[in-house]
Amino acid sequence: MFALETLSKRYDTGVLALDGVNAEIAPGEFVALLGPSGCGKSTLLRLLAGLEAPSAGRVAWDGHTGAPAPGEIGFVFQDATLLPWASAAENVYLPLKLRHVARREAAPKIAAALAQVGLSEFAGTRPKGLSGGMRMRVSIARALVSEPILLLMDEPFAALDEFTRHKLQDDLLALWARTGKTIVFVTHSIYEAAYLANRILVMSPRPGRVAADLQARLPQGPHRRASGEYVALVERITACFREIMPT
Amino acid sequence: MRRMVEILAPYGFGALALGGWQAAVWGLHVPPYVMPGPAAIVSAYFGAHGVLDSGLLATLAVTGAALLVAAMLGLVLALLMAASPLFRAAIQPWAVIIQVTPVVALAPFIIIWVNQPFACLVICAVIVAFFPILSNTAAGLAATPQELLDLFRLNGASRWQILFQLSLPYALPDFLTGLRISGTLALVGAVVAEFVAGSGGFASGLAWQIIEASYRLEIPRMFAALVLLGMTGVAIYAALGLLEHLLLAKRNRA
Repeated sequence: MFALETLSKRYDTGVLALDGVNAEIAPGEFVALLGPSGCGKSTLLRLLAGLEAPSAGRVAWDGHTGAPAPGEIGFVFQDATLLPWASAAENVYLPLKLRHVARREAAPKIAAALAQVGLSEFAGTRPKGLSGGMRMRVSIARALVSEPILLLMDEPFAALDEFTRHKLQDDLLALWARTGKTIVFVTHSIYEAAYLANRILVMSPRPGRVAADLQARLPQGPHRRASGEYVALVERITACFREIMPT
Repeated sequence: MRRMVEILAPYGFGALALGGWQAAVWGLHVPPYVMPGPAAIVSAYFGAHGVLDSGLLATLAVTGAALLVAAMLGLVLALLMAASPLFRAAIQPWAVIIQVTPVVALAPFIIIWVNQPFACLVICAVIVAFFPILSNTAAGLAATPQELLDLFRLNGASRWQILFQLSLPYALPDFLTGLRISGTLALVGAVVAEFVAGSGGFASGLAWQIIEASYRLEIPRMFAALVLLGMTGVAIYAALGLLEHLLLAKRNRA
């Protein structure tokens, strides 16, 4: 269980990015952090990862605080940010290499992570030879290779074209169903949040607070995007935003 | 076919220009002490190639040593500037001041302070050459993506791991670009230093050969030394370009 307890973040510039965020995330949940640009979604993700310290409040992991241990968090950024000189397999190996895991010992984990994102055949290919979607898959494999207990994703599909985005969304759902990972996914797309997550935390404009906590129960399978539940959820989220957005 | 023509075009233009130059010198009966033709320059080179070649070697030694020192100095200063904003604030203005001050003006002081001819020439050339390496490497280090720095931190990377596995490889293309610019600048710095130092009694490099030939009104030999300098500059630029190509080939391949 991850608990965000009255979490606030004020930057040195005086900007209050987050103001008293409270939320609990249960193991296996797929939580979407949804809100307009500048509402503190990415800041919240960085606090969860321990990349920044909160100004007030705390992030608790199963009741205890403190920065997560190396490898406990998998992070997927908006850009794939792969090492341009390294192959897909070498990029996936990076988190393990930094923790001094020998290449031979890491090899099965690298192969499994690449297989999970469907890129086994491209293990030796460098980023220049991969499409934008494939690079993002490598980035996801890199986040998965450490078998993290929490996968944080910061608008990972925002820069991709619509076709690739839909494909990767489906692949991510399949991966979540297979692995049961706890995922926190930042997005500013109502449709993406509604399609992917089983829980949506709607954030208010800056300073960010949790304005609504919505549960989603969408059918699995190819008709998920056309289902009545999906359309109803999008309408609920839209109604939420009408209430919280300044006119 | 078009590509082949583009490759051959500069050689063709060079041949035409040389031919036109030689024809003009012959046709207008220009005396060699005013403007020698290419044939006279080649002949002057073969007439004094021992002296010119040893001059070239001396200049190359200064250039090579200066480039090596400039590369190490530029790299170390860039790393310190990347590690400490305070160091950057303290050093950057002085690096710019040294860069914009003409080395011709600095050389007499260096000759007075450094009583070793080779070291004196190298210091002058380093002053001219180090700045592009410093500024390019510093820019490359500063351009390391924040996301990758975060990724390294999330995985408990040490400062050395960040430096050697991320920041330095990321800055490598910028360092090599700086090195390529500095390679030719080191030659310029070496020649300028030789001109100043040569007049002060240090006689060795190609610049001194030019000065000495001018005293003797051996204009074809002056040109021969000049051509050697030009060819050396092109060779240094091409060699460093090849080094850049080889070191970056891996990341440019799919």
